[in-house]
Amino acid sequence: MNHLEETVNLQTVHSMHNHGAGSSGFDAGFGIPGGLTDMLPLLLAAVLPIAAYLTAVVLTNRRYKRWPIRRSLLGCTGILLSAAAVAGPLAEASHHNFTLHMLGHLLLGMLGPLLIVLSAPAALLLRSLPRRQARMLSLLLRSRAAAFLTHPITASVLNMGGLWLLYATGLFAAMHTSPILYALVHLHVFAAGYLFTAALIPVDPAPHRTSFPLRAAVMIAAFASHGILGKFLYAYPPAGVVPEDAKRGAQLMYYGGDAVDLLLILLFCSAWYRQSARTYLRSSPTVLQDGYRRSVRNPGKEGIHD
Amino acid sequence: MTTFSEPAAAPNKQEAAKARSRSLWSGILFGLGCVAFIDEVVFHQLLHWHHFYDKSTTAVGLVSDGVFHAFSWFATVASLFMLADLRRRRALFAARWWGGLLLGGGFFQLYDGIVQHKLMGLHQIRYGVDLTAYDWTWNTAAVVLLVAGVIVTFRTRGEVPASGGKDRD
Repeated sequence: MNHLEETVNLQTVHSMHNHGAGSSGFDAGFGIPGGLTDMLPLLLAAVLPIAAYLTAVVLTNRRYKRWPIRRSLLGCTGILLSAAAVAGPLAEASHHNFTLHMLGHLLLGMLGPLLIVLSAPAALLLRSLPRRQARMLSLLLRSRAAAFLTHPITASVLNMGGLWLLYATGLFAAMHTSPILYALVHLHVFAAGYLFTAALIPVDPAPHRTSFPLRAAVMIAAFASHGILGKFLYAYPPAGVVPEDAKRGAQLMYYGGDAVDLLLILLFCSAWYRQSARTYLRSSPTVLQDGYRRSVRNPGKEGIHD
Repeated sequence: MTTFSEPAAAPNKQEAAKARSRSLWSGILFGLGCVAFIDEVVFHQLLHWHHFYDKSTTAVGLVSDGVFHAFSWFATVASLFMLADLRRRRALFAARWWGGLLLGGGFFQLYDGIVQHKLMGLHQIRYGVDLTAYDWTWNTAAVVLLVAGVIVTFRTRGEVPASGGKDRD
């Protein structure tokens, strides 16, 4: 593999960032760092999805059970963190700094999608749409294509495969010279991260839910692949990245990944814990105990409760 | 103190065998996760003896490390949820759980010391010193844990549940 030869022309990259980031086209690159001008692209990128989410909440609260505030908070934070990776100061700086690029990747591909998954956007969309459209969306979610796409194996291949392609081939360098490629890669990182998270810890209606052991195995394989890629990057930096920066970025990927993985594992296991109580309760209804009653009464997030 | 047969689960042999095996596995997974966690915190982060990556690391070593790291991370959390589930069902065989803990810890320590450090050359225990004493200490500790685990597991193979989820609230 050919690592260090090519150096990305940072000036070129810098001048095209805004198109690449797919934000407003407002050039924040020359403002005061951290000032309002720098934050503007981020705010513009995040304002639309946040407004859409909150509008849906307010409108549907009139007809249905109150949408939990916790979900709105999770959704807005998730959108903001994801947007921070593609617009604003962090996105800006990540063009020149691999470690910050990696921070952006953790937000866009892992933490942001996780928070958005927890905010149950599909359930919100289902209760926002008129009945006919809602039924169509529901049919779409039940379709075989959706079953394939949201299967944990498909989702993790899309997610991990995409990352290996990005960092272990020339794609990383190529992305910094083509705004279209840049936008596509970032869209993929977010979408694949979302699919992966939703497949492992379904909060939204998930008609094709797979078993806990399958999901656990996929989860471990994907986490392993993420860690291996981290160490691989430590040893073989992508073209145009100086070794010191690559080492810092690789360790951030490894340990930052572990931190988000821990959240996923905790959510996954507590879903199993609640499920286990329900199964046990069904099979031996005479052995009700306090612990069971409690956890069955509050079954939490496995499924939709509107 | 509650026993398995009253009032919770039916005094059913099959059920008891399942609970016994689950107790053991929860212990094994937790032991594995514990040793991996101690390895990371003490030897990587605090002492800085171990390296994140070592030039001699082979591809197979990298994969083995990645898989064990991910597995132990998952196992640590999952085993504790299993433990909570067993206690909730009043089906925990405590001694068996501890036996599993020793087994899992000893196994991973030995795998790390022999296969990952020596055969795959993933990284060494410490750099710039004569490794003999370090390697012997590491692997002897592993064997002691493993043997203790085997003994406890063997002696508890027909055990009845201990105080698992006794009188709560």
